Amino acid sequence: MSAAADTALLDPMLPAPWRVRAVRRETADVATLDLVPLVGEVPRFAPGQFNMIYAYGIGEVPISVSGDPADPTQITHTVRAVGAVSRAIADAAPGSVLGLRGPFGSAWPVAAAAGHDLLIIAGGLGLAPLRPAIYQALAASEHFGRIAILYGGRAPAELLFRDELAAWGARAGITVAVTVDHADPTWHGHVGVVPALIDEISFTPANTVALLCGPEVMLRFTAAALEGAGVAAERIYLSMERNMKCAIGLCGHCQFGADFVCRDGPVLRYDRIAPRLMVREI
Amino acid sequence: METLEHLLLAHPFFAGVDPAFGPLLAGCARNLRFAPGAYLFREGEAADEFYLIREGRVALELHAPARSPIVIASLGGGEMVGASWLAPPYRWGFDARATADTRAFGLDAKCLRGKCDADPHLGYEMMRRILPVMVRRMQAARRQMLDVYGHPSA
Ligand SMILES: Cc1cc2nc3c(=O)[nH]c(=O)nc-3n(C[C@H](O)[C@H](O)[C@H](O)COP(=O)(O)OP(=O)(O)OC[C@H]3O[C@@H](n4cnc5c(N)ncnc54)[C@H](O)[C@@H]3O)c2cc1C
Ligand code: FES
Repeated sequence: MSAAADTALLDPMLPAPWRVRAVRRETADVATLDLVPLVGEVPRFAPGQFNMIYAYGIGEVPISVSGDPADPTQITHTVRAVGAVSRAIADAAPGSVLGLRGPFGSAWPVAAAAGHDLLIIAGGLGLAPLRPAIYQALAASEHFGRIAILYGGRAPAELLFRDELAAWGARAGITVAVTVDHADPTWHGHVGVVPALIDEISFTPANTVALLCGPEVMLRFTAAALEGAGVAAERIYLSMERNMKCAIGLCGHCQFGADFVCRDGPVLRYDRIAPRLMVREI
Repeated sequence: METLEHLLLAHPFFAGVDPAFGPLLAGCARNLRFAPGAYLFREGEAADEFYLIREGRVALELHAPARSPIVIASLGGGEMVGASWLAPPYRWGFDARATADTRAFGLDAKCLRGKCDADPHLGYEMMRRILPVMVRRMQAARRQMLDVYGHPSA
């Protein structure tokens, strides 16, 4: 093993250099990057985990893995440009180099959901952190009851992975339902909020595991709607976002009540965090 | 054979309704079909019939001059379309257009309003069904207004 890889292992605070192998523009401000390490192997990751990505000289931000956990050749991220760092990452050209730490954090309990109906519910960019879980579930779909993917976005032009959504929905036993907040009349799909999609699909609430990722308001409403439909809070999992610095449970930047999102999360069980979701100051 | 009355009472909107109201309700109802693109109603028209979708999809559209129309909500099987028939001046506030082959019950608004006035028990049954739908839609509209997926800084 090279010295650089050694150091990266020894010091989780030191970003390792990765090369941008390919870039796909998903929407006006979202890009998907395939990355390969300049030294060492591609680390294994579990769906739901994130990397700290360093745009050299600009800054470092947490970004979830959005690629296939079964692909050993690269790590894929989907980034929306909202500020200086995320813009630098989203604008990175093929061939350029970014620093990576991780993957860090907790995972979607996909394997543990075997034998249940699986509801995967995403809002906006939240489909990206859920995509690895979708790949994993679809690769073993015979182990689940029904699998439904519910996705809400702002407008049709801002939806991610539209071709893949269509392909997933064409598979037997997989339901894909997409809704947007606003559309023009050329859109013939759903218009409305994500929780409304829950009423339209068939599943067995008492035997369902739900994975949710999206803006926090959407998580709150959707988790409440699931509970209302009879899904137990301990079978609802949410991915939370908090500002991060160390990403290894040292600095306390990402504190969310009793949890550090970088270490105990980002995927957290709803029954554990529900009371905190309603508190405005956390 | 399934009569209009049976089919109507089997619609989720009427779940749990006293079957004794069946003939009254069916007396105001008819079976309708809308091809994709057909309008159930348009903004400004008299709201003299409201709809319970059996299957299909209906988009609610708002038009503003010099802007392309926007779809503010879409409704599917099991849902009610329109509430303007309940409140004066009984005019639609938006367009409703089928975006898929749609089958629905049309309920004559004047007929139903008359029966509800004459029988407050029926009126209450109707309000108990309509009010939760309206509250749910209002909350959903407010959440759409939040624009949760938009840029936080924009
Ligand atoms: C565990 C975890 C996983 C994440 N996964 C992804 C991912 O897969 N893809 C992705 O694009 N982003 C993801 N994020 C969010 C990403 O880390 C932030 O968008 C990024 O830190 C913003 O940094 P910036 O310097 O570019 O912008 P800043 O200058 O920090 O912020 C610019 C503007 O964006 C707003 N902003 C900051 N953070 C967020 C946020 N989390 N969401 C929305 N707006 C924000 C700020 O309020 C500000 O208005 C994740 C965050 C966490 C904690
Ligand atoms: S980011 Fe430092 S403790 Fe979580």
